[in-house]
Amino acid sequence: MVLQAVPQTRFTEEHEMFRKSVRAFVEKEIRPYVDEWEEQEIAPLHDLFKKMGDLGFLGLNYPEEYGGAGADIWYTVVLAEELARAGAAGIPMAVFVQTDMATPALAKHGSHELKQKYLTPAIRGEMVCAIAVTEPNAGSDVAGIQTRAERDGDEYVINGSKMYITNGTQADWLCLLARTSPGEGYQGMSLIIVPTNLPGFSVSKKLKKLGNHSSDTAVLSFENVRVPVSNRIGEEGMGFYYQMEQFQVERLVGALGGVAGAEYTVRDTIKYCQERKAFGKPLIANQWIQFKLAELLTEIEAAKQLNYSCAALIEAGADGMEITRIASMCKLKAGRLMREVADTCLQFYGGMGYMEETPISRYFRDARLTSIGGGADEIMLGIIAKLENMNPR
Amino acid sequence: MHVVVFTRSTPDTAAKVEVDGSGAVIWGNAATVVNPWDEYALEEAIVQAKNGGGKATVIALGGEMHNDALKHSLAMGLDEAIRIDDPELDPTDSLAYATAAAAAVNKIGDVDLVIFGKESVDVGTDQHTYMLARKLGWTMLSYVSKILEVDYAAKTIKVEKMYEQGKQVVTSKLPAVISVMKEINEPRYPSFIGIRKAGKATIPVWSLADLGASLPDKKVDVLAFNNPPTKDVVVEMIEGEPEEQAAKLVDKLLEEKVL
Repeated sequence: MVLQAVPQTRFTEEHEMFRKSVRAFVEKEIRPYVDEWEEQEIAPLHDLFKKMGDLGFLGLNYPEEYGGAGADIWYTVVLAEELARAGAAGIPMAVFVQTDMATPALAKHGSHELKQKYLTPAIRGEMVCAIAVTEPNAGSDVAGIQTRAERDGDEYVINGSKMYITNGTQADWLCLLARTSPGEGYQGMSLIIVPTNLPGFSVSKKLKKLGNHSSDTAVLSFENVRVPVSNRIGEEGMGFYYQMEQFQVERLVGALGGVAGAEYTVRDTIKYCQERKAFGKPLIANQWIQFKLAELLTEIEAAKQLNYSCAALIEAGADGMEITRIASMCKLKAGRLMREVADTCLQFYGGMGYMEETPISRYFRDARLTSIGGGADEIMLGIIAKLENMNPR
Repeated sequence: MHVVVFTRSTPDTAAKVEVDGSGAVIWGNAATVVNPWDEYALEEAIVQAKNGGGKATVIALGGEMHNDALKHSLAMGLDEAIRIDDPELDPTDSLAYATAAAAAVNKIGDVDLVIFGKESVDVGTDQHTYMLARKLGWTMLSYVSKILEVDYAAKTIKVEKMYEQGKQVVTSKLPAVISVMKEINEPRYPSFIGIRKAGKATIPVWSLADLGASLPDKKVDVLAFNNPPTKDVVVEMIEGEPEEQAAKLVDKLLEEKVL
């Protein structure tokens, strides 16, 4: 398979104005509070999302009919790059769960009524949503999920539990992947919108994590939760496929934000090494440090251009498999690069970098997630190998 | 009812501004921003126009770089933007600025209120605001921290002005020129829809001929810009218990003839 010829970045004057606006928003509405949110291990998403929704930041690629902006993918690229300045990866993650992880399938395959009821308020920031796929016994192995939604007249009766759910303690509704027929593996699963105010639903635990502290993560429990059949997204039994499609954008935005965050981290490290003196000269005077940072910036630029290629493919409406192949590469590369950047830069900060008060220590913890969430590195490698037809014939 | 607000693009306050070898002021490739004080003026213009059921127009004087500030203003929600540019016009000459600005306000007509930010952050001046009020023959209300009442029918405005010593409440006739402090409001962020609208807008450029304005003799000549002299600063950490440190510090200050 050959990488399709794609145009370079398409940031117009309007994209740059949007960048300025998001940057100012992050500077005033997020950064001053992010330490407090990290400490509390939760951010006030209803308040934050309402502000973002009022500005039209939460439905960039969705149709205007549902309150979206009907904008091109480059606005999402800008949003990801600027939210990465939040000072904690938990905040962009919470936002992108809302905009690009829990809602794409609803927007693409949901009924008009379902979109009016759940997509519009999510775009306006009036409802917080979450994507509920992972289970105690099925993470990257999505086909192994066991939560059941059994048909009873016009309702589904849901039983099971979901694990590691971002925004899970605050969500007003979930995009839930559950088994709607007894089939095995990929078959028999559906995506269902589940409001969290229904009897039988509970947040069984708020989880403590290595990083991304400002984002709340939960274990959710479903005991005979009844939802109307009309809450199902699209066709019954198509849930796995819709979810795989939904993962494409999730992986790209994860990579975009991750690479942008890596770049800010390297540039901050350069500044620190220019100021910090050891043995009578600035740290940056050491060629080893210069070369390591130059190497990282080169890797970052390459990864950024790969991400932009993927964005261009999405914008051009390219073949889904090709998007999946490139988006998987984007996330794989971003995750690994973030780990390398975190480790290398922390080393250059020395003892200072090991202190909680230094941003690099938070970055070191937060950066680890991209290689795990949204399909681990090994899953990305498996997808790439499969799409490259490497399996024995 | 019509509110006019003036703005300009300035180097980002985070950018490193310096004078290059040719004597020109440069700030690398950092983007320009709306003069930060003007953001409060722009917000207030939007609010006042909405409250009064009228229109808000933003004006900038100078070259194309000021289109950035005008587009930002449109994206925030201003109704119209105009740029005044002419080879004869040097906006850093406050009297020339005020003359052209007054002609523009008169050309628009039916203007009840002109709003400025407290000052321009790059050249640190505000005298053009007073000069404009004088040219128009209107009241000048500076350092406004709150607009308490506006009666467009009776043509009156009541404002709170902020001084170091305290606050003053003033009632004045309209039309008036006001300059606002950052306490007056919380400027909004440009929304996506606003940005789309601004991106598509064409900003008309008015020349002095369009305004029918002739400038007074130049009162200001900028001879040169210079970088501030660099200082050799030596930092010395004083060790010891607090009492000991304080005693050493006093000795040093006496030694350096600071005390």
